[in-house]
Amino acid sequence: MEKHKLPIKTFLAKFFVNHELQDNEDIFALGFVNSLFAMQLVLFIEQEFSIAIENEDLDFENFKTINAIAGLVERKQVLLART
Amino acid sequence: MKIELTLEQKDNQAAFRDFVDREIIPDADRFDLEESIPPELIQKLGREGYLGALLPKEFGGKGLDAIAIGLLNEEVGRGCSSLRSLLTVHGMVAQTLLKWGSKSQQKYWLPRLASGRVIAAFGLSEPNIGSDAKSVETTATSDGSFYVLNGQKKWITFGQIADVFLIFAQCEGKPSAFLVESDRPGLSIQPISGMLGVKASMLAQLSLNECQIPQENLVGRVGFGVSHIAATALDYGRYSVACGCVGIAQACLEACTRYANQRKQFGVYLKDHQLIQQMVTEIIINLKAARLLCYQAGYLKHIGDPRAILETSIAKYFASKTATQAASDAVQIHGANGCSSEYSVQRYLRDAKIMEIIEGSNQIQQVTIANYHFGF
Repeated sequence: MEKHKLPIKTFLAKFFVNHELQDNEDIFALGFVNSLFAMQLVLFIEQEFSIAIENEDLDFENFKTINAIAGLVERKQVLLART
Repeated sequence: MKIELTLEQKDNQAAFRDFVDREIIPDADRFDLEESIPPELIQKLGREGYLGALLPKEFGGKGLDAIAIGLLNEEVGRGCSSLRSLLTVHGMVAQTLLKWGSKSQQKYWLPRLASGRVIAAFGLSEPNIGSDAKSVETTATSDGSFYVLNGQKKWITFGQIADVFLIFAQCEGKPSAFLVESDRPGLSIQPISGMLGVKASMLAQLSLNECQIPQENLVGRVGFGVSHIAATALDYGRYSVACGCVGIAQACLEACTRYANQRKQFGVYLKDHQLIQQMVTEIIINLKAARLLCYQAGYLKHIGDPRAILETSIAKYFASKTATQAASDAVQIHGANGCSSEYSVQRYLRDAKIMEIIEGSNQIQQVTIANYHFGF
């Protein structure tokens, strides 16, 4: 999971230019997130980690922190490896 | 870097162009006047696979890549923006279900949407809600096995003939998306006429009065209606509109070229008047720039790049401004003839103006682009 954090942080840093996000900091609670960002985050995760974000992944808990996103990626990759 | 269509894309483009020249352009002014599209033409679009252009072949779609889809929208937009609006809204729902629909929703709806047996429309705008999508006033309450919807939807493109709507409503106080079939009791549909442009896009106002739908008609999850569901649909919609605007500008250029070659004033053809040349040059340059922005957005979509979202917004902003300016200049070049229903350029101008308002007004695009530039 740790290895996923760096690309996620690098991606998020392009948006959060005036704020250094901590691994466990709630992105949504900061109040900045809009639909443009939300969709770019989905596309970034899909392209960077070669996974598909699907209907059943739509849970804000999966996207709210760097740790949560890295955890989602980890779980999806494990599932993918099994199939 | 190579900016060139593939052979397959060129072949598709030629086929789209031929279809539009043959089936759409001869009657497009009449569609505008009559404020409707004949069902036979929509059936032809379905038979050509154009209504399922973006859907994979496994669902009966044409499985076109994003650039080819852009070319289709450009060509249809060149002929008739109202018909291109059908590709837009139908595609918005198809794209959304492809991305966020449940397996059973995909299995049921996508083959029907691909063939055109079912026409879909997008139900976000309301009498009091336009750009502020998160604040929709329509409500959906769950009674355990059903959702019950109440509210109004307005300016719903092809709402007069759609078989299914993607409706946005507040559920548990959060924006959410639902599929509502047009024959559901509690849904009534009122045609809207007399619009400025895209007059044949068969707008409707929807009234949802205790309209009951099954739980499985929820698309995605409660609370994701705007951030992911509408955002997916609107991103596709913006791309479709942007490419359609390139088509409008192309139609303006072709009309002006014909006219300037046949009309004489002061003893010479209009094409030899330098101020006419100036306006035509502006159309040519902005058209090329808009088309390149669309190609770039399409390419980024094709490779799944997150930058595609912003670049689509930029393409839509620029292409819609280009279409409006090109159409305004085209009317100017045509003079009094351009203000007459005998020439299509007046339709292009009325249609182009609408493109600066729909799928996120150009002011919303400006805010989006600036926010991205400055960051949070």
